[in-house]
Amino acid sequence: MVRALGVRKSYGKNEVLKSISLEVKQGEVLCLLGPSGSGKSTFLRCLNHLETIDAGRIYVGEHLIGYRQVGDVLHELHPNEIALQRRGIGMVFQRFNLFPHLTALENVIEAPIGVAGLDKAAATARGKALLEKVGLADRAYHYPSQLSGGQQQRVAIARALAMEPAVMLFDEPTSALDPELVGDVLDVMRDLAKTGMTMIVVTHEIGFAREVSDTVVFMDQGLVVEAGAPADVLDNPQHERTKAFLRSVL
Amino acid sequence: MSNQTPSNDHYEIVAKPLRHPWRIVAAVALALVLAAFIWSLVSAKTINHDVIAQYLFDPAILRGAGLTVVLTAASMIIATALATLMAVMKLSENVLLRVIATGYIEFFRGTPLLLQIVFWGYLGIIYPHITFGIPFTNVTIFDQPTSTVISSFTAGLIALSLNEAAYAAEIVRAGILSVDKGQTEAAKSLGMSGGYTMRKIVLPQAMRVILPPMGNETISMLKSTSLLQVVAVAELYTTANQISSQNLAQIELLVVAGFWYLVMNTILGFPQRYLERRFGRGFDVPGSAMTRTAKADRNAK
Repeated sequence: MVRALGVRKSYGKNEVLKSISLEVKQGEVLCLLGPSGSGKSTFLRCLNHLETIDAGRIYVGEHLIGYRQVGDVLHELHPNEIALQRRGIGMVFQRFNLFPHLTALENVIEAPIGVAGLDKAAATARGKALLEKVGLADRAYHYPSQLSGGQQQRVAIARALAMEPAVMLFDEPTSALDPELVGDVLDVMRDLAKTGMTMIVVTHEIGFAREVSDTVVFMDQGLVVEAGAPADVLDNPQHERTKAFLRSVL
Repeated sequence: MSNQTPSNDHYEIVAKPLRHPWRIVAAVALALVLAAFIWSLVSAKTINHDVIAQYLFDPAILRGAGLTVVLTAASMIIATALATLMAVMKLSENVLLRVIATGYIEFFRGTPLLLQIVFWGYLGIIYPHITFGIPFTNVTIFDQPTSTVISSFTAGLIALSLNEAAYAAEIVRAGILSVDKGQTEAAKSLGMSGGYTMRKIVLPQAMRVILPPMGNETISMLKSTSLLQVVAVAELYTTANQISSQNLAQIELLVVAGFWYLVMNTILGFPQRYLERRFGRGFDVPGSAMTRTAKADRNAK
């Protein structure tokens, strides 16, 4: 479903991604762990072309992200073509990024109506169903500023799901939440994983990674240090850096 | 008094309020000065109050005030549209668009408004004819003397709009920049195009920051229309001036015009408050939709 081949990225002289390769199959959940500054969030943002890459290839489904390859030559895609690619890739941000001038329901139905061309009644029905799914049916007409952080993040998940993406990216979805609100958001993500959604999750929640993910990838200083089943990487890490990181977060 | 915390009763603050005697003295002194000034105007033999009363609701004055309103509204609408375009161009990745917008803003802010008004008024001298056709052929689609196409009203409207757009562009740009970058990223991640994101996500939020200074600009514009006297547009000030040049009651007609400018600017405050509430929804602005939803929720229960 998602394939990254030798992805590199630098900001000036600072190389933040040093040849990252990984693959996520349909229906799999991959958790990206690592200390801050390890490049995991940057990598996630490359997957939907919020960041451009300097080398390598990223495929989501059949699409080469950001470019069209004709023979050996790469052509940059038009912004509208990139927008089309992004429709199939949902993203949830650390700081929610809900649209503050729209109600929860309006947040969820804005893109289905304006981008996917759904009629308002159908989008509203789907939007309400999604809000119900994340446990916020009674908050549909509230503005984001009237919701708690955990509620906002669940609306953000519903908003991303409304575009019926093939894959969902989560960029530290619980890092900005009060501890007692983390559980609700993780529950929603757990349910989503059970429905067979392909998910890539940057997180510090080791418990969630152990329980939900098929693959855990540990990154440090722009490199994949260790990758494998959660039982291997989390409970029996081979590398010293993985061990040190796990000791510090557990 | 407080049954919940009986043990803390003696900690309750019961203090004599601090007195501000000088505020009262200053207020009284100010009121006296103001009253004396108003009395000096009212009792002045040099001012003919009957003339003020006679012209306050004079049809010509009212028509002039009407034209002032039309000019203000039209030029602010044109200016806002043009300003939004310039602001987006100035923030564009396209160097050419950035240069055009910057050049426009620098040019129209860098020369006096009065000069620009006179320039547009004299356009007919520089270009006696306005002609549209196919270059290098004799085919003409449109050919008219400039003076018939651009009346003094049009010249004034163009001058005010173009000048105002340069100032408003910077206000709109500041508004756009005030919207968090995460908003654009979220919009992008949902597959929204740049234009759609600007219209539906960024600008509605930017409005909150844009509206208060634009209210200022509108008030300023209402008064700037009086400069169109130099190209003989029959707005309020020009009309008052024409009347006083015949009956020589200059001061009286200034009072009449000033009265109407003050009235119009006071009325302008209402739409401003409405718009600020309209675009404050979701942002906890008093009276905005957010407080109304909370009320609706309570009523639903």
